[in-house]
Formats: sequence, C-alpha cells, structure tokens
Amino acid sequence: MLELSGIGKRFGGLTALEGISFRVAQGSITGIIGPNGAGKTTLFNIATGIYTPSSGQVLLQGKDISALPPERRARLGLVRTFQNIELFGKMTVLENVMVGLHTQSSSGFFSCAFRMPWQMNEEHRVREKAEEWLAFAGIAELESLQAGTLSFGKGRLLEIARAMALEPKLLLMDEPAAGLNSYETAQLAELIKRIRDHGVTVALVEHDMDLVMDICDALVVLNLGTMLAEGTPREIQDNQAVVTAYLGEA
Amino acid sequence: MKSDKLKFFLFCLAVLLVPLLLGQGYLTNVLVFVGINSMLALGLNLLLGYAGQISLGQAAFFGLGAYGSGVLTTQFALNPWLAMVLVAVCVATFAFAIGFPVLRLKGHYLAMATLGVGVIAHIAFNETIDLTGGPSGLSGIPNLTIGSFSFDSDLKNYYLVWSFALVSILLSLNLVNSRVGRGLRAIHDSEVAARVMGVNARLMKVQVFTLSALISAVAGSLYCHVMTFISPTSFGFNVSIELLTMVVIGGLGSVYGSILGAALLTLLPEMLRSFQDYDIICYGLLLVSMTIYVPGGLVRGIPALLRRLVPARSGHA
Amino acid sequence: MEFFNEITQFVISGLATGAIYALIGLSFAIIFNSTGIINFAQGEFVMLGGVLTIFSLTALKLPILVAVLAAVAGTTLVGVVFERLAIRPLKDATPLALIIITIGASILIRGMVMLLWGKDTQVLPPFSGNTPLHLAGATLLPQHLWIFGVTLLVIVGSRLFFHHTINGKAMRACSFNRRAANLVGISVGRMVLLSFIISAALGSLAGVIIAPLTMTAYDVGIMLGLKGFCAAIMGGMGSGLGTVLGGLILGTLESLGAGLISSGYKDAIAFLILLLILFIRPQGLFKKGETDRV
Repeated sequence: MLELSGIGKRFGGLTALEGISFRVAQGSITGIIGPNGAGKTTLFNIATGIYTPSSGQVLLQGKDISALPPERRARLGLVRTFQNIELFGKMTVLENVMVGLHTQSSSGFFSCAFRMPWQMNEEHRVREKAEEWLAFAGIAELESLQAGTLSFGKGRLLEIARAMALEPKLLLMDEPAAGLNSYETAQLAELIKRIRDHGVTVALVEHDMDLVMDICDALVVLNLGTMLAEGTPREIQDNQAVVTAYLGEA
Repeated sequence: MKSDKLKFFLFCLAVLLVPLLLGQGYLTNVLVFVGINSMLALGLNLLLGYAGQISLGQAAFFGLGAYGSGVLTTQFALNPWLAMVLVAVCVATFAFAIGFPVLRLKGHYLAMATLGVGVIAHIAFNETIDLTGGPSGLSGIPNLTIGSFSFDSDLKNYYLVWSFALVSILLSLNLVNSRVGRGLRAIHDSEVAARVMGVNARLMKVQVFTLSALISAVAGSLYCHVMTFISPTSFGFNVSIELLTMVVIGGLGSVYGSILGAALLTLLPEMLRSFQDYDIICYGLLLVSMTIYVPGGLVRGIPALLRRLVPARSGHA
Repeated sequence: MEFFNEITQFVISGLATGAIYALIGLSFAIIFNSTGIINFAQGEFVMLGGVLTIFSLTALKLPILVAVLAAVAGTTLVGVVFERLAIRPLKDATPLALIIITIGASILIRGMVMLLWGKDTQVLPPFSGNTPLHLAGATLLPQHLWIFGVTLLVIVGSRLFFHHTINGKAMRACSFNRRAANLVGISVGRMVLLSFIISAALGSLAGVIIAPLTMTAYDVGIMLGLKGFCAAIMGGMGSGLGTVLGGLILGTLESLGAGLISSGYKDAIAFLILLLILFIRPQGLFKKGETDRV
C-alpha cells in the first residue's frame, strides 16, 4: 500500500532522517515505534506532504506521490490524524466530520450560493454520512456540541471519525493513544480493529507498547533518524538492538 | 433551516417597507448608503469573518468598480449595465490573479500586502488625471436606467441598491451553511488540518477573495451611478478601516452582523453631524473597546453580555 | 555633469529619508521581536515626535533641545499607556484582534492630535539653521547631517544595548522563545513594556529630526509608519543592519523614482517594493530561510 524508499530529511545542519525504507502492507495495522526524537512525526509529515523529503520517494500503491501537496494526497486516499488533535474547534462535532466529506462532495461556490437542487441533495447525503461516521466512532450523541469543548479522549475519537469520512485507503495515526487512560485506550484498540475490518490500512506512530503489541501485525523501529529493525511484534520484542535502544545497555 | 428562511423573509419585508414609512426624506438617502456599505461589509466578512483572511484594502476594489463604471459611462459612453458587468468581470479577474501571491501570506504580512494594494489603487485614482479627473473627481456619471425609467431619486435608488444587497445577503447565507462555508471556516480554524482533510485551501482563499472583490466592485458601480460624482477620497485607507470597523462591530462571521455594523456606522455619523470631527476618535475607540470587551461583535457579544449580567433564576447553567 | 549632480542630490535626500525609515523600521522590529505584534500605531509615535516638539517650542516656549526631550518623553508616555491599556489585556489574542487594536489605537491618537492641534501642517525650524553645504556637486542641509548623525548613534547604541547589556540580551531572548525566557527568570511583561518604551522613543526621535525637512501634520504618521514597516520587512524584522540597509535602499529608490519618473507616484513606489518583497522574499533581503516545526 505505502512504500517509503530511501527517505532522508535535513533541516539545515540537522539530519532528522536518513535511509528510511520500508513497506506498509495492504490491510495491515503497522506500528512505527522508537524512542523520542527518532524522527517518527517527521516521517509522518513527509508521508502526508507537509514536509518535502531531502531525498527518497514516497509511493502510494506504486504511484510516486513525493511531490504532491496534502490535499492531493487526501484525495488519493492517504489521510492522517494529528498528535495534538487539530480539530476545527469553533465548528460543531457534526460539522467537523462534514468537512471530512469535502473530498466526497463537489459543490462549488456557484452551486452553493444559488442552492442548486443537486447541491441540496448532496448536502443531505453528506449530513447523513457524517452521522454514520460519528456512530462508527461511538460518539453520535455529541453531534451538536462545539468541537473545542470536547474532552481530549472524545476529541481523539472525533478526529478519527473525521478522517474516516474521507474513505481513506491508508490512515496514518500520530500517537492516537497519547493522553488516553487505559479504558479509553482499550476502546481505541477496538476502533482501530474495526477500521481495519472496514478495509482501511492503518499505520500508527505510538509509544504505548501494550497497544502496539496488541493490535499491530508488523512493526518498524526507528532510532535517531535511521531504521533499527522491522518485523512482527514477536520478532521485535526479541530483537536485542531494539531493547538496547529503548532501555540502554544492560 | 426553516427559521433561517423566515428570518430572511422578514428582513426583506422590513427592507421593502421602511421607505414607505419614511417617504422621500433625508433618511432614505442615508439608507441608500447603508445598502452600499452593507454589500461592502458583507464582502469583507466573507473574507475575514469566515475564511479568517485579513484585508485592509477593500476600498481598492470598491474604487475600481466605481471608477471603472464611471469612466466607461462618461468617457466611452458605454451602457451603464454593460459597463457594470464588464467592470465586475475585470475586477474579479484582477483579484483572482493577485489573490494567489497575496494570500500565500499570513497575518500581519497579509494585512500589509492588502494595505499596499489599497494605497497603490488610491494613488492611481489620484494620479491618472486624464482618465479619472484626479483629485477633483469624476462628474457627469449617468444614472442607471431600465428603458425609459431612470433611477434618479433617493427612493428609486434605495430599491435599486437594496435589491442588489438582498441578493448578496441571500447568496452569502446560502454559501455559509454549505460545503463551501464549512471549508472556509475550517481553513480559518486550522489551515493545516483543512488541507490534510482534502480542502484545497489555497484555491478557496483566492476564490473567496475574488468573490469579495466582485461584490465590492458591483457596490462601487452602483455607488457611482447613484452619486453621479466620485472622487478619490471615498476610496482611501480610511474607508477600508471603516469597513473593518463595521465588520468587527457587527460581528465577524455573522451575515446579519455585517448589515448591523454597516447600518450603525453609516447612520451614527449622520446623526452626530454636530460632532463632525469626533467621528475619527469614535472609530478608534469603538475598534479598541469592541475587540477587548465584546469580541463577538454586537450580534453575538450583546446576548453574551446580557446573559452574564442577568443572572439565571431558573437554575439552568 | 548636470545630470550627475541631480542624481547625487536625489541619492542624498533619499538616504536622509531612508535613515528615517530605518529608524522607524527598527522600532517596528523591536516590538515585533519581543511581542510578535506589528504595532500599526508606530507611525503615530513618529508623528507625535514632531507635533509635540512644535508644541513645546511655540506654546511652552522651551528651548529647542529641551523641547525635543519633552516630545520624546511625552511620546514614550503615550507608548506606555498604550501598552498598559490596549496590549496588556490581550496577551492571548489572535493576530487579527491585535492588528485591529493597534489600528484602532492609531486612529485614536491621530484623532486626538487633530482635535488638539488642528489639521494644518506645522513647521519645525531646522536645528542648525539653513545654510547649505556643498558636497560632490549636491546640496546638503545641516538637518541632513543631524539625521545621519542621530541614526548612526542609534545604530551603535542599539548594537551595544542588544548585545552587551543584560536587558538587551533579555529582550532578544524573549524574541526567540517567550516561555523559555520566562522560565529562566526574565520578566516577559517588563520586557514588553521596555520594548514599547524604546520603540516610542525611537519613533518620536525619528519624527523630530525629519520634521524640519518635510513639515508635520496630524496624518503624516500613516505613510511614515508604513514605509518604516517596509524597511523592517526588507531587513527580515531583525533589529540590526538589515533593517537599516532596507530603509536606506527604500529611501534612495523612492527618491530616485520620484525625481526621475514622477513625484505623484512616490508613495506608490514604496508600496510596490513592499509588495514585491512580500511576494518574492518575505523573510527579508538579507536573512537566510527558516523552517517551522509542525
């Protein structure tokens, strides 16, 4: 589904990433882990088009998307959630998800201003679909609340519902469990599995090892901007280099 | 949705009936300008209140519309309606073209760039004397006519201008509660997130900028035909600031708020005629105090203020 | 030879106005660097410098030097009041709110000056008389020398202040990272106040030394402020040489344009330059690019 090939990123004199190459298999839940500062968020930013890589390519289903801006990648099916949730705080919960359906609709300035019949139909359809996604994420009852007033855990779920509204092929989640308690994390795990069952490939950056080991089919380990290891959770747990990177020399 | 339609219908009714109550008085003349300013404020609000893009140069498009129509109908004897359409298309194209480089900027830089555009336009109005008459202004602009019916009185101009204004209001209301409106508000809240969600932020910002310029240009054309005389002082930096004040006071992001702001800031100076020179201080005071104490503008701020001042006795939070 | 003399004349008067733009630009940069705010009212501080000096001279009958000091002090006071009343309460405001507030304040100040002293232009006599000096075929007025001299002093002074005094370094720390500065014990509130004091003083000083050449009135602040801002942008909003160079280049280009092309479009030239810089190189002519972390 996703392939990163030889990705490198330099910020002035600082080399944040170098020689990152791996594949995310279709239909899998892949975890990207590593100590803080390993470059995981930078990698995500490159994958979603917020940064351009200094070297290497990003390929989505074999197609080179390295030069495409975020909005183009979204239309191709690559969607991402943020570590510090970036909700549209002043809009309602439902409206947030409706924005997610932007790519699934097409009315422009003219149709909207003049309330063309096809625009009104589309509006109706968008509203219904948004309500479906809220139910999918388990927060249907919050639909009229202002997004900025939600608790962190609920906000997280809203962000996921919004991302799913784009009907992504690949969902990149940046530390989805950050700031959640163990109950909320368990709910999140269930939701991610449901997302995978829905046919979406998931890649997540995470620190919560329990969550990662529980739901991931494959893991990629980064350290200090380079790749340390790649494999199934079992293999990674037994990998000496990984243990050393996280815990230091015994 | 139903209540929105009702609100608009009632508003239209009010607009249609008011001059019948006032007759041919002086107030009707002022209300014509409330209509013009409402259109301008509406345009700015779409850009500023919804998409969150600061513009201190709206007067430029207003002026381009006015001078465009004025010059075409006096120097080239073009049919006023044709001129209006031509000018609107040209100004919109111009806005679309400069929109791309200008709207790549953010915050203060955007404010300065739009300010620069406004100032350059104003200087151009003053200096292209052969075309515009320079500081002495452009006179002899014909009224708009339909067949043999000429819009040459305050009452007729009132209905002319407010027809356009009501259409602009309706279109704005439709836009705001639609996919486009949500896209704009998303860009305002978090441009990064909007882009990641597939919203083409760059294009939408330029589109709303163009729409805003278009509305301002049409307002400008109407203005020149109503006034039959225009001069550069009506299109300077001060006017851009007045518009900003109207939108801020009425309430950013509220369509009716812009109308309220426009009405207040057009009517008040007229009523305070004797305080002629104090108006500039009032604007400054209003801007500062509204921004600090009533940030939602009158439309949202006053109800919020009332809620705080009048304690709820029924126990609801 | 005639033509060459003309050019030199344009360049010299351009450099003089450019020095003023540089000073105003520096004051923009100082406030921006410690607060992140673009103070749209900066131009009014410049205007107040000239207007208050004339007032002190004519109404209060103070000797010229004292009048200048009084004007600078008065403007600084206005700056402090402005900071306390309008900026302080809005620590977490959006850029839009801040822009609107500073615009509102500038309108207020302008309005008050108009009410107190009317709309007419006022004349400030030059500091050292009017006998022109001749240099390289062009005429230099003593006031030009005052301008260059004061600007040089300010540049040296600001360099010393920002790099060799505790307060100056503290202000620079605030501009890099407010929270970190706070954590190491720098009183950010006090630094903000200090930056307004310095900017108001600098702005008014610029207004005083240019007033004898260009006359002053209640509305000169707008254009001067905007052009000073242009200089600051050209210098990348830095408090150093970049802004000074930006101002000098702007003043010279404007003067040459006015002299060679058309004087009516003089102001337009400055804004065209501003637009070009904003479109092509918003980080300034002299700074290297930076990246932001998402």
